[in-house]
Amino acid sequence: MDLTETEDEHRFRTELRSWLAEALPTLPPPPAATDWPARRAYDTRWQRMLFDAGYAGVDWPADSGGRGASPVEQLVFKEELERAGAPFGWANFVGTLHAGPTLIAEGTLEQRRRYLPAILRGEEVWCQGFSEPDAGSDLASLRTRAVREGDDYVVTGSKVWTSHAEVADQCELLVRTGEPGSRHRGITWLVLPMDAPGIEVRPLRTMAGSNEFAQLHLDDVRVPVANRVGAENDGWRVTMVTLGFERGTAFVGDLLEAVRLLGRVAELARRTGALDDLGVRRQLGHLRAELDGLRALTRRTVSQAARTGLPGPGGTVFKLAYSETRQRLGELSLELLGRAGLLTTDVEAADGGRPLPVADLVDDWFRGLSLTIAAGTSQVQRNIVGERLLGLPKEPPVATGGDGRRGWTSS
Amino acid sequence: MDFELTASQVDLADAIARVLVSEYPLEAVRSLEGAPAVVDRARWSNLAATGVFSLRLAEDAGGAELGLAEATLVFEELGRALVPGPLVATHLAAGLVDGAAEGSTVVGLVVVPPGGGGGVVPVVLEHLADVDVVAVLDDGGVSLVTPADVDATAAARPLDPLTPVWTARALPRGEPVAGPEVAARWRRDGAVLTAALQVGLARTATELAACYATERKQFGRAIGSFQAVKHLCADMEVRRTLAQVAVQAAGVTADQPGVGDPDVAAAEAKVLADDAAVGNGRACVQVHGGTGFTWESPVHLLLKRARVHANQFVTAAEAAAWLGATLPPP
Repeated sequence: MDLTETEDEHRFRTELRSWLAEALPTLPPPPAATDWPARRAYDTRWQRMLFDAGYAGVDWPADSGGRGASPVEQLVFKEELERAGAPFGWANFVGTLHAGPTLIAEGTLEQRRRYLPAILRGEEVWCQGFSEPDAGSDLASLRTRAVREGDDYVVTGSKVWTSHAEVADQCELLVRTGEPGSRHRGITWLVLPMDAPGIEVRPLRTMAGSNEFAQLHLDDVRVPVANRVGAENDGWRVTMVTLGFERGTAFVGDLLEAVRLLGRVAELARRTGALDDLGVRRQLGHLRAELDGLRALTRRTVSQAARTGLPGPGGTVFKLAYSETRQRLGELSLELLGRAGLLTTDVEAADGGRPLPVADLVDDWFRGLSLTIAAGTSQVQRNIVGERLLGLPKEPPVATGGDGRRGWTSS
Repeated sequence: MDFELTASQVDLADAIARVLVSEYPLEAVRSLEGAPAVVDRARWSNLAATGVFSLRLAEDAGGAELGLAEATLVFEELGRALVPGPLVATHLAAGLVDGAAEGSTVVGLVVVPPGGGGGVVPVVLEHLADVDVVAVLDDGGVSLVTPADVDATAAARPLDPLTPVWTARALPRGEPVAGPEVAARWRRDGAVLTAALQVGLARTATELAACYATERKQFGRAIGSFQAVKHLCADMEVRRTLAQVAVQAAGVTADQPGVGDPDVAAAEAKVLADDAAVGNGRACVQVHGGTGFTWESPVHLLLKRARVHANQFVTAAEAAAWLGATLPPP
């Protein structure tokens, strides 16, 4: 067990740090969170800057145009970006973390040539069409139908929780090509061009008041068969490649952001006098221990990835623990904000000091609520930990009528 | 950076685990329940022979020159097997107290809270009938007291039947053997190694619960297939995992300069490990249902031992309060 950086890792960090110090001041001020066209422009510009500096696709293999960085360098990359306050690039995350890695693993040479460079250069934005109004945790019950007609699939159905759909160029889409009820065995992975006729994007407003995602309505949308990634009805396996990426180092920046937030919450407690309260000190200290424990877990997972090429089983444990810790951090923030937490914007302090950081802390509280749901609810994560890590028996199938739907864990 | 165990670290943990399977099977451990002395001297010497107490000493002092990181692996195994006795105290005293490293001297320990303690709770000593010497750790340093000189009353029914305890109004003045620097290091390393014992307990609790939830059937199916039970077990695994990496990180942070603050890492390890051991002990009782509440089942021993360790060196509440008060500004 070694937490000391090697010379190569240190050099990577130093070079990256000095590039960030030069590059970040050239960015314009970030746009409003609700202005997606402006966010797209901002995020893709950042992606292009990463590309020009050789940092685009830092975790992608070199033969796919990425940097081919080691897992530890990927960790360093995310640490340094968060440390420097670099943009997260929300508009790029589906392409760089989901669709891109899937195409690298499963796409044909032609598909990789067509899509990967555009992701890396920030020329195309991707969104995800997996969940449906009736297929959330039970993703394998999805019903968006794709019927083969000549060289096209004709797609009809609804997708939901699709982030930044309104500014996306391509959508990684899961469709039902098998019989109804064929579950995992009848799903196909398609690239849906978002300018195809028959797509209606209806933005959804979150409880935070933001428009992060949308519902997609697909009405006889024609998608060329050439856009299929993997074989027909093999989309579930193709998808699993994607989900594996999401549980690797995807949360590193997020975790460090939480560490920084915890520092701000402690600062607030110091200003309000709440830090004199033993209970508050304990809660803060407990969160500090948990976040640093999660950091150690990340290092373990990354080290396993460096040795075996696969992230260790810590990913599911991480997702579960992190999202719940983050939720507790949000609760403590609101508790410490007191009546200032009835606002959602920063408010002038009564003592004339710096404004109280209401906006960020309330935003974080909302984010905490979403983290235990997005990318697998905590309840689903607990099933995975119980069944895959502890070997507990699955729930027996429940017959619920003629469509063959069963508990989400059965495969 | 490679935070995975090296091959020799895996071998070390495996070696001690093998010794414990033959030296400390559960029946042997349980045969000592309620006894005033629970340290079997022959077995203790065999533990010493595997390097449990000496492994961090220099080679010319009979040690293996390993670090705190390696010691956490060994102590996790000791905790897993519920080995009774003042393991951490004797390990810390190795090199300072003659015979501790070799296992011929069993060392007890009283940790006086920073600032001197006081309050209404008397001094509670563990293993007084087992130890050859009692080390007293306070802000000034470490001093040694002869057990016979302690005016103490044995508790009729200690909480953990494998951790006999005594109470005393005060301790006699001891012979100083080390100063404040050693005392501070004992506090930190002691917290980390106790946390490692807790991780071992948390692991055993998780294994027992998962095993029982797989075998026990109600309503015609294994109770572990019910999400209510499965999720209890999943939370045990989460707590165990976080505590384990935090304890190992605390070991590495103490061994390798420049990777972090070793005092912070130690406090964090104790917070998470106490949570894991006590939380998993409680959950293990719950998963076992009525059986878990019986004396016959070994489940209660895990929870009771976890409560003993939770009160050694620093409590999770104290450690968390310190971590909260010392959070650096963003």
